[in-house]
Amino acid sequence: MDKRPDHPVHEEELHALLDGRLDAGERADIERRLAQDPQASATLQAWQRQRDALRSLHGDVLTEPVPASLLAAAGQVQHTRQQLQQWWRWGGVAAGVALAFGLGWFTHGQVQVSAGSQLARQQPAREFVHQAALAHAVYAPEVRHPVEVSSAQEEHLVQWLSKRLGRPLKLPRLSEQGYELVGGRLLPGDEGARAQFMYQNARGERVTLYLGSTPGGVGVPGVSTEFRYSAEGPVPGFYWVDEGFAYALSGALTRPQLLQLAQAVHHQL
Amino acid sequence: MNRQPLIAHIPALRRYARALTGDAWACDDLVQDTLERACAKWRLWLAGSDLRAWLFTIMHNLYVSQIRHRMRQGDLASPLDLAELDQEPAAPVSSTDSAIDLQRCLLRLPEEQRVVLLLVTLEDLSYAEVAKITGVPLGTVMSRLSRARSRLQELMDASASKPARGTAAAESAVPPLRRLK
Repeated sequence: MDKRPDHPVHEEELHALLDGRLDAGERADIERRLAQDPQASATLQAWQRQRDALRSLHGDVLTEPVPASLLAAAGQVQHTRQQLQQWWRWGGVAAGVALAFGLGWFTHGQVQVSAGSQLARQQPAREFVHQAALAHAVYAPEVRHPVEVSSAQEEHLVQWLSKRLGRPLKLPRLSEQGYELVGGRLLPGDEGARAQFMYQNARGERVTLYLGSTPGGVGVPGVSTEFRYSAEGPVPGFYWVDEGFAYALSGALTRPQLLQLAQAVHHQL
Repeated sequence: MNRQPLIAHIPALRRYARALTGDAWACDDLVQDTLERACAKWRLWLAGSDLRAWLFTIMHNLYVSQIRHRMRQGDLASPLDLAELDQEPAAPVSSTDSAIDLQRCLLRLPEEQRVVLLLVTLEDLSYAEVAKITGVPLGTVMSRLSRARSRLQELMDASASKPARGTAAAESAVPPLRRLK
C-alpha cells in the first residue's frame, strides 16, 4: 500500500475498505487520505448505503422458517452422506455394489445367489413400506398443514412433484371410492425424492399414496410386482412396484378396503 | 458429521438466490436444485473443506446453466437501459417500495455483475473465494464488482429522481474515480 501523504484513493482500495478486507493500519491510511478527497468520500458513502440496502433487502428470508421441501432435500443429502460412510465402513463402494447384485454370484452355488439377492430386495422394500406408514402417521392427523400443495393447485402439484421425482406423475382419482384429493408433499427417501398424495373421504378419514424410485436399486424399468400387504408399521398398507417405481397405499382401514383402493390406483397409473 | 451444518446454510442460500432471481418461486427452485445436486455429487465434496463455498459454487453453476438455457430459448429480457426507466410507473416512496425498487435495479445489472456484487455483499466472501466460485480470474471479479457498484448506483439514482425525467442519470451519478484496471 502506498504511504505517500497525498496519494489519491484508488477505487480498489474503496472496495476493500467497504468489504472489510483491510487491516487496521491500511484502514487508517485510507481514511486519512479520504479526508482530503471529497469525491472518493462521496463514492464510498454512496456504496456504503448501497451495501446496507442490499444486506437488508431480503433479510427476512434469513429468519423465516425453511420450507419443508428444502429440509427434505437437505435430509436427502444427509442420508447419502451416511450411506457413503457406511459403504466405507464395509470396505468401499465395491462391497455395496456386490451386495446389491447378490453376494454369491461370483462364489458358489444357486442357494447363496437367491439368499443374497432376496436380502437385497426385501430389506429396502420393507423400509419403503415402513417409511410410507410413518409418513402417513405424521401427516394424516395434521389439521392445518396436512399437505404442502393443496388440491386447489393440482396442476402445479403434479408438475412440481414430477420434476422432483424425475418422472412424469399421474394423479390417481379415488372419487368413485369416496375419496377426494387433499394435496401432496415432497419427502426424502433412500433413493431420492418421494411424493405423498393425500385423500380424504366425507367422514374425514384419510389415506395416503406414497411413491418413489424402486428401493434398493434392484428395480429396473419393466420390473413389476404383485400387491403385498403390510401391517408392521403404524398403519397398514399395500405395496407394489410398477415399471420400476414403488407405491405404497396406507390408511387405517381394513385389508379389503385398502386392497380395493390400491387396485383403483394401480388401474389408473 | 451431522446435517446441522448443511441446514444452517439454507437461509443464506435462499437469500442470495432470492436477490439473484428476484422471484420467491425461482429462488426456492434454485435452492432445491442445489441441494439435490449436492446430494448427487456428495462424494466430490472434500470433508473438511468449506461447505458454504462448495454449495455456492454448485448454485452458481446451476444458475449459469439456467441462464444459458433461457437465452437459447430467447425468453430472457435484455437488461433495460436507463432511458427506459422513464416509461415505468412513478418512483415509489415507502420502504417496501424502495426494496422493490432496489430489486428491480439489481435485476437490470448484467447477470455476471449481479453475481459478484451479491456474493461479496451478502456473503462477505473474499474476492479470491468469489473468483473460485464463479470460475473467473481475480482481476475479473474486481472489475465486475466495480462496474456493478457504479452501475447500480446510477440505476438507483435515476430511479429515485425519476420525476426529473431523463436528466437524472447523467447529473446525479457519482463521478467515476480513477481505476487501476
